[in-house]
Amino acid sequence: MRVTQGTFSFLPDLTDRQIVAQLEYCLQQNWAVSIEFTDDPHPRNTYWDMWGPPMFDLRDAAGAMSEIKACREANPNTYVRVSAFDSTRGWETVRLSFFVQRPAEEPGFRLERVEAAGRMIRYAVRAYSLDRPAGQRYPSVEPATEPRGRRS
Amino acid sequence: MASSTTLTKVHDAKRRYKPGVLKYAQMGYWDSEYEPKDTDVLALFRITPQDGVDPIEAAAAVAGESSTATWTVVWTDRLTACDTYRAKAYKVEPVPNQPGKYFCWAAYALDLFEEGSIANLTASIIGNVFSFKPLKACRLEDMRLPVAYVKTFRGPPTGIVGERERLDKFGRPLLGATVKPKLGLSGKNYGRVVYEALAGGLDFTKDDENINSQPFMHWRDRFLYCMEGVNRAVADSGEVKGHYLNITAGTMEEMVRRAEFARDLGSVIVMVDLVIGWTAIQSISNWARENDMILHMHRAGHGTYTRQKNHGISFRVIAKWLRLAGVDHLHAGTAVGKLEGDPMTVQGYYNVCRETRNMVDLPRGIFFEQDWAGIRKVLPVASGGIHAGQMHQLLELFGDDVVLQFGGGTIGHPMGIRAGAIANRVALEAMVLARNEGRDIGREGPEILRTAAAWCRPLHAALDTWGDVTFEYTSTDTSDFVPTAVAV
Repeated sequence: MRVTQGTFSFLPDLTDRQIVAQLEYCLQQNWAVSIEFTDDPHPRNTYWDMWGPPMFDLRDAAGAMSEIKACREANPNTYVRVSAFDSTRGWETVRLSFFVQRPAEEPGFRLERVEAAGRMIRYAVRAYSLDRPAGQRYPSVEPATEPRGRRS
Repeated sequence: MASSTTLTKVHDAKRRYKPGVLKYAQMGYWDSEYEPKDTDVLALFRITPQDGVDPIEAAAAVAGESSTATWTVVWTDRLTACDTYRAKAYKVEPVPNQPGKYFCWAAYALDLFEEGSIANLTASIIGNVFSFKPLKACRLEDMRLPVAYVKTFRGPPTGIVGERERLDKFGRPLLGATVKPKLGLSGKNYGRVVYEALAGGLDFTKDDENINSQPFMHWRDRFLYCMEGVNRAVADSGEVKGHYLNITAGTMEEMVRRAEFARDLGSVIVMVDLVIGWTAIQSISNWARENDMILHMHRAGHGTYTRQKNHGISFRVIAKWLRLAGVDHLHAGTAVGKLEGDPMTVQGYYNVCRETRNMVDLPRGIFFEQDWAGIRKVLPVASGGIHAGQMHQLLELFGDDVVLQFGGGTIGHPMGIRAGAIANRVALEAMVLARNEGRDIGREGPEILRTAAAWCRPLHAALDTWGDVTFEYTSTDTSDFVPTAVAV
């Protein structure tokens, strides 16, 4: 399956050139770009690991792109997303968020049903990958030099 | 505007309160010198006085009948601070190029209104005055709601920001579809449409306005099968998805019962129809706030009073009241689809829903500056006769913060419902990507769609089927300050 979170998941994976164009758009809007990664793609996993804080003072798309590359290198075969934060009054939230890396294999989610009184059903969505402990959910295609590292 | 002495306020108390009939202007409902206060509620009416009725007297009558007046002088006025409580018509202007029609502005003191009650506000402003004989027709065009009054309402329970954060969906319009046929499907078949459309790539599916609990499908059946479809699609995609479960019912108690069942099944959203009325809307909005539920408003019935320019209420006013009353989604028109809507007028409704402050914008029908004082934003919904081939126009007209609902344009797809959903999602994401890259989507839109269709067969089929479909009819409800536009 293909996890289709993020703004552009129905398109072919973006090339680095396309990613830079989106970063430039975000910077033009005065949004702060941030990079996050995870091996838990549950739709309600709100808090992915931060690749450092949002880059409030970085006004250069090439610089952001090099951070994306560093995050990918340190965390191969995980989900990596770029989010753009708008601090304008009335927004103060993410305005664009898209994947810049996904694991080679995406096993997807199991839907669990628990029958309750009447015909009520309680549903739970579970990622198959989460049956394994953190760090081993998406075995690396090639070993990372510095696993799960962060920008200092 | 010319004004004779018979249309000025009578200041001498003895003459003013002598039993009998005075003109409304003489009673004090017209004051050309009046300077509206920051705390006043302001209303703009479009009036068509009967032949021979002076427009100033007509304006005074509107202010009178929507505040304290009755047809004759009453001495009991003198027991009150009546000069304060009288609404004041303070400006009358002819409508451009519309002989016999006038815009009239009226100001109302804040104390005339109960806090936090749209029912009370509307009972004054549209209570008696629209049936008043000296007017042939009357339309409430716009209102300015002072911050002091806005702050007495709780507004949307979720708002655009809260909704996007809950759904984890940013940077693009949301996609929806209304299940069709809207009446007649069994619960099991209905849920199939929900599942296929959501699994294909839509964010939401929707009950139509008139699907409640009929012989062919009991409401509980609908809720159970729809949530089965929603949850399967969530597991298929890894995205949060929802179905607007219509909880509209004959009584408030029954509506809450349905809302609670939707909540217990894990639905993120419920919907109601505008016809349930203002008090029911405010009650269910409070319920939604207490239960973390997104509240979708289908504006069923509004066309009976919003469409004709001479008489009724502009939808921009309905949108303002609904933002105060507290809904999260509001159908606000498509401009390019099958239902009424001049593009700039529709953009005006969107601005009412989404801006933190509306500035005066006559071509879009916004007559007053309106400060929303931190009240949350309503997400407008574009629904009715739109298809993937119009994606560039829709994105250019409405931007990212809108739900685009392609009902027929999803379910009627030649390759099936799921393919219809894929076509819409691919068209949308391709267009957002291109716009962000700086391309002129108004001009290059069709080419951007064709390029995506080259690798996406469902989009190719959608463009082949509907690419040429347009609804080019002249709108009836248009701005008086730009030439009448035809949807393109």
